[in-house]
Parts: sequence; C-alpha cells; structure tokens
Amino acid sequence: MEPLPIVWFIAIAVLWTGYLLLEGFDLGVGMHMIFSTRSERDRRVMLNTIGPVWDGNEVWLITAGAAMFAAFPAWYAALFSTLYVPLTITLVGLIIRAVGIEYRGKLHTERWRTIWTWMIGLGSLIVAFCVGAALALTSTGLPLDANGDRVGGPFVWLTLPAVLGGLAVVGFALLHSATFLGLKADGPVRERAGRFAARWAPLCLAPAAAWAILVQIEHGGTPLAWTFIALAVVAAVAGWIAARARREGFAFLGFAGFGLFGVAAIFAGMFPLVLPSTVDAAFDLTVWNAANGPYTLGVMTVVAAVSLPVILLYQAWSYWIFRKRVTPGMIPEVHIVLPAVLRAR
Amino acid sequence: MDVLDIARWQFGITTVYHFLMVPLTLGLGMMVAIMQTRWVRTGDEKFLRMTKFWGKVYLINFIVGVATGLVQEFQFGMAWSEYSRFVGDVFGAPLAMEGLLAFFVESTFLGIWIFGWGRLRKGLHLAALWCAVIGSWISAFFIIVANSWMQHPVGVEMGADGRPVMTDVWAVLTNNTALAAYTHTVLGALVVAGMFLLGISWYHLWRRRHDGIDTVDETGRVVVGETDAAPGRDRTDHGVWIWSLRLGAVVAVLGFRGPAVSGDVRGKLMCGQHPMKRAAAEAACHTGSDFSVLSLGDPGSKDCGDVITLIAVPGALGFLGTGEWGADMPGIRDLETHYVDQYGKTIPDEAIYGDLAGSDVQYVPVMWVTYWGFRLMIGLGGVVALGGLVALWLTRKGTVPRSPWIMRLALLGIVAPFAANIAGWIFTELGRQPFVVAPNPTGVDGVYMFTAAAVSPGVTAGELLFSVITLSAVYGIMLVIELVLMVKYIRGGVAASMPELASRASDSDDDHPSGDHRDDVLAFAY
Repeated sequence: MEPLPIVWFIAIAVLWTGYLLLEGFDLGVGMHMIFSTRSERDRRVMLNTIGPVWDGNEVWLITAGAAMFAAFPAWYAALFSTLYVPLTITLVGLIIRAVGIEYRGKLHTERWRTIWTWMIGLGSLIVAFCVGAALALTSTGLPLDANGDRVGGPFVWLTLPAVLGGLAVVGFALLHSATFLGLKADGPVRERAGRFAARWAPLCLAPAAAWAILVQIEHGGTPLAWTFIALAVVAAVAGWIAARARREGFAFLGFAGFGLFGVAAIFAGMFPLVLPSTVDAAFDLTVWNAANGPYTLGVMTVVAAVSLPVILLYQAWSYWIFRKRVTPGMIPEVHIVLPAVLRAR
Repeated sequence: MDVLDIARWQFGITTVYHFLMVPLTLGLGMMVAIMQTRWVRTGDEKFLRMTKFWGKVYLINFIVGVATGLVQEFQFGMAWSEYSRFVGDVFGAPLAMEGLLAFFVESTFLGIWIFGWGRLRKGLHLAALWCAVIGSWISAFFIIVANSWMQHPVGVEMGADGRPVMTDVWAVLTNNTALAAYTHTVLGALVVAGMFLLGISWYHLWRRRHDGIDTVDETGRVVVGETDAAPGRDRTDHGVWIWSLRLGAVVAVLGFRGPAVSGDVRGKLMCGQHPMKRAAAEAACHTGSDFSVLSLGDPGSKDCGDVITLIAVPGALGFLGTGEWGADMPGIRDLETHYVDQYGKTIPDEAIYGDLAGSDVQYVPVMWVTYWGFRLMIGLGGVVALGGLVALWLTRKGTVPRSPWIMRLALLGIVAPFAANIAGWIFTELGRQPFVVAPNPTGVDGVYMFTAAAVSPGVTAGELLFSVITLSAVYGIMLVIELVLMVKYIRGGVAASMPELASRASDSDDDHPSGDHRDDVLAFAY
C-alpha cells in the first residue's frame, strides 16, 4: 500500500473539515440575517461578526476543490461533471453572496439593503445545501460508467442522500452560526442566537447524524468510523447541555466538535472509496485508481506540509485581532455618498 | 451549436469577464500599497487620502474578481472532465499551490487590512496590505504557469496509461512560456492601473477647475483654492489628484515599455513553440520575411489569394521572430502541411470525439481574430504610452486644461489597456486551437490534446446552455452594479471613502472637533 494517496485522502478530508467548520458559521450568519431579525442594526451586527474573516474562510473551499484536482483528478472530473447543474447553481450562490457582503453597505437606500440581505441569505442557503448534497453524493455514490462519466440525465443526482446531505449542512450551519454569534455578538443578536441554539439544536443536527450513519450502513462502517460517530454524539449532547445553560463557549466547542467528528466519520466510513458508482462496483473510484502518480503527490505533500500550518497560524491570528464582540454601538452610521460637485448657488 | 462550441463559448465568456477585474486588482493593489507606504513613511495626509479613495475603488472591483474566479476553478471539472483527467497529474498542482501558497494569504490579509484601520499599528496594518497584494501577484503566477503548460507542455513524460506524468515540477514552474507570459501580464496590469489613476484624477482636477476652486495665473501655473460647498474640496484634495495623475501616467508609460519588451520575448518564443499562431497573427499565408502592417481582404478565407497586404516592412518579420533581419518565417500553407503530417489530417476515429471523429482538423486558427487581436493589443498599448506622455506634458503646471473633451478622452483612455489585455488573451488562446494542450515541438511526443477531446462526455448541450445563459445573465447584472457603484464612489471623491472628511466639512461650525467621537465605533463596517 502506497502511503501518499492515503495522505491526500486525509488532506482533502481536512480541507473539507476546515471549510465546513469555518465557512459553516459564515453561511449560517447569512441565513440568519433573513429570518432572525427585522432590525437593520442587528443585521449589520451579524454581518460584521464575519466581516474580516469570511473571504479567508471561503478559500478552504477553493483549495479543497483544487486539491481534489491535484491529487485525484479522476474524482474531481467525475464529481464535478456529473453535478454540472447543482454546481452551476452553487457558483451563482457564491457570487451573489460574496458580492452582497461587500456591496450591501455601500449605498444607503432601504431597497438596496433589502435586496442584498436576500442575496446574502439565499446565496448562503444555496451554497450550504449544494455543497452538502455534493459531499453526500460522493460518499454514497453516483451513476458512473467505466470512464467515470454520468449515466442518465442532468438530474440523476437528485436522490435522498443528496437532500439529506443538503439539509445536513444547512442545519449544521444554522446551529454553528448561532453559537458563533453567541460568542462574537452582543445585544439582541446574542440573546436570540442563544435561544435558537438551545431550542433547535437536535433538529439542526439530525440530518447530519443520519447522513453519517447512512454512510456506515452503505459501506459497512469500520470501528474507527463508529468511534468518530460516538465522539460526535457525545460532543453534540455536551454542546446542547451547554447551550441550554447559556455556556456560550462550551456550546460552540460542542457543536464544532460534532462537525469535526461527523466529517471524520463520513470520510473514515467511505475509505478507500472516494466516489462509488451505483451502476457497477467495478467502476468505483477509490484512492488507488483515482490518484495521481507518486512524484506529483510527493511534491504536493511538501507544499501542503509547509503551508497548512502557516495558514492555520495566520488565520488564527486574524481571529485574534478581531476577537472583540461586535456590539450595536460599534456599528457606524451609514455614510451617504454625495458627488464632490459644487452645487449651483 | 454542439456541445463543444457551447463549452468553448462558456469558457471564453467566463474567462474574459474574469480578466476584466484581474488586471485592475493586480495593478491597483500595488498602487494602493505604494500610497499607504508613502503615508506611513511621511505622515503626509495626502497619501492617507489617496490610500482611502483608491483602496475603496480597489475593493469594489476586487470582490467581483474573486466571485468570478471561483467559476474558473470549478469549470475544468464541470465542462472539461476529459481534459482534467488527461492533464490531472500536472495541471492540478499549480492550482492547488495557488490556493495553499497565495490565495489564503491574499484573502486573509485583505480582510485584516479592510477591518484593521485603527485597530492595528500603522506598520502592521501596512504589512497586511503588502501581504495581500503580494499574495495576489503570486496567485497570478501559478495561474499563468497552469495556462502556459497548455501552451507549451514541459516537465512531463508519457505515462503507461497514455497520460502525461509530471517528472520535473521545477521545469513546469520555470517554463519559459510562463515566465514571459507572467511578466507580460503583470506589466499589462500595471498599465491598466496607471491609466485608471490618470483618467479619474484628470476628472477630479478638471472638476475642481470647472467649479472654480482651482484657477491658473497668467503663466498658466495652478492657483490652488478650496471650498466648503462641496465635500472634501480643500487644498490637500488638489495634491491627491495631481499626485495620483502623475503616478498613473508614469506607471502607464514605464509599464508599456515592459509589455513591449516582454511581448517581443514572447513573440520569439511563439515562433519556436507555436509557428502557426505566429503566422496567423500576421495572416502570413506564404513563407517569407515581411511584416504585415496592414492586410486587407479576408484572412480567414481558405484561399490565400484573398489576402492583400497593403503595407509591409520587408524583412521585419524575420527580425521580430528570430532576431535576424530578413530571415524567412514559415507561412500558414507550409505549416498546415507540416501539422497534417505530424498530427493527422482528421480527428482520430475514437469514441471520445463523438460526432467529430473522422472530420477534418482545422489547424489554422480563426485568422481575422488572431490578426486583428494581435494588432489591437499592440496598437492600444502604443496609444496608452503616448497618452501618458501627453498627460504629463499637459499637466506640467499643476493642473489640467479646462476642456471637457480632453477630460472625456482621459476617461475613455481607461478602456484602452483593458481592451488591449482582452485582445491579447483572445489572440493567444484562440491561436492555440485546435489544441487545448498544444504540442511542444521540442518536448515529449504525444503530449498534446485536441480541444474536441477535452469536453465532458457525460454533460449535455442543454446543461451547458443553462450555465452559459445563467452565468452570462448574472455577470451582466454584476457588471452594471459594479459600474454604478464605481461611478458613485469616484464622483464622490475622497470624501466618499473617508466619512470623517465629509463630516469635518459639514460640522465645521462646531467648536468641539472631537465631538462625540467614540473609540469603539468601527472605523469600517459592512
């Protein structure tokens, strides 16, 4: 057994974990902006808790995708081409959300802000659902032929596991962001977020738990994978208890731990498969038949081993710089932009 | 249209659109970093204002570049899965390196910079911007490396399964095509930023004269004035614009020398690596050494008799191509024969090519596009350099002429380097056809791929059409919104990006300048 394909399977699992844990609360904050409040000031408090970090968090997605291309091109090619329609929709979601976050505060009219609130919220919902669906499908399988191309029409991916995975990430993002807001915001936003986490935690985590267990049932889960599931359950229960007691820090850690162990359970459960074929097990893509050669993987291992610790360090530093809670009083008035033109006197 | 055509249009539209934002991000980011450095070094208020104003415009543009860049990475796998499988061992690596080594740096530190005003020490805050800018420049390098491997595959051997396997990452990273293309691209980006600074600063200096704030004395020298009746129009404001204008003009003029030199290097590389692209750039049907300045007729026609060369410089083409005056360069007809011998007359009869299997290969690119794309790129570049020199001359006495027409021309000049960049990319990418990975004449045999073989076999024309229409619509709307915001913030001048400046003007009667200023209010918030 060559070690490098396994190393890269783990590396990609790490990158996806980083994405779900970090961008998870960005996406959730975006969704909460629509339905958790009617106050403009609260919305701005929410948006500014993720303001300095959301763009850096999104890079985990880009790097996870690029790492799949660099290490397992057959996986990348099969998954992305099969999911052509949902990924196109994901891209639209990513675009409207990113532009919304940056542009929302740039003009002061109410209509402008309302439009962008919806773009941020809907974009976040679309991205969370589609990323979850795509990851669920790569863990449970897609109809692929021997070449790794899709058998069937553009919507064959729309199955129960896809919906489950989509709901899983949406639910996790909503809960994870509620505990994040509990740590990062102050005032009414913090209050409401605390209540949301205490009340809805089980419902938010149920789809993710179901997905993780489904993977074990389909692929005959290993002891390692079941251990991860047990840890995830323990973390979730601890998080829920902390959330009900309004222990914000522990609640955040508990649910983040659920995310961490949940993703670990799914990846451990599917190993060595990376994308099973539902047509014929002979067409399954595995870490062995989808991987690049040892030279390329070796080069990429060096690059990742050097850069990932540094990335974690400076991203942690950025969270440290902006560690203060965002309070309603910290939000500046919206500045009205007027042309620098002398009016006729 | 078949799947291949739609997939190519899809890639072309999304990539050209993305590249409208990229050069401005690269170039303007560097300019803003230089401005802030000057401010930290000198403490001169003018440089702080420049940083704030140009920084705001930079961010309005940056985000659309980021958002549309995501599409780039996804669509290799989505629409070009066969390509992704074929090149995966070598092509994915630079993309992943871009993420790990550059894009993380760029995005994280830009966030720190945007929100770091007033929260970080000046020096540290400046360092964050430099990290972000250098990150974007490194990011561009890895993308160019990936693209250049498609133009000129190096550092690989043929694997057992008929796919190239990377054997030398250093050769891939130092591909001579990549080094020349990178230099050319980033210098082109600086020219974009230079003309952007020049045009907008010209507008503001013109506005100040038009509004009677600045006047000129009998020698034509500027007399700087100020007013409270327009936001931010004090004396320092004049310094902001004249400084920005001159910086922009100098960068545009010097910048053009760069692309001219690096373009010449690229031209010589192209002669060895892509003789057909080179010949198509000249509409050179027959072997010879004359450089066509202007050819008429239909260079795209099958019959070379339709092309009439009106003006030609005898012998110059040989000089441009090889450094030797009068050296013969092969023409399209000779090259086509050569390509047919080497790579076959027809597309191989393999399942992967679908309906195209067995049809004739078009080795000659769409010649009117390559011919005019090449000339547009160089012509507009020259116009820009000349424009920069003229601007420096006209503003030597400290302000701009009152003519609204020259002002409009300066604003129009912003478009020229954008157009030159786009024309250059369309030329070089279309000139690569019919290959998606062009064969390297001195490289390993068999490492090439017809574009027709690269498209995703499982994806339908309907899906591709759906994404072309959806993304084009979204991109169109985003472009309008970006332009509306840009115009709004540009017309607002420095006060638009510095709320404290605007309130300073309106509250000037107040006796307590520090007012109810609270320390914990964010200097910037979404």
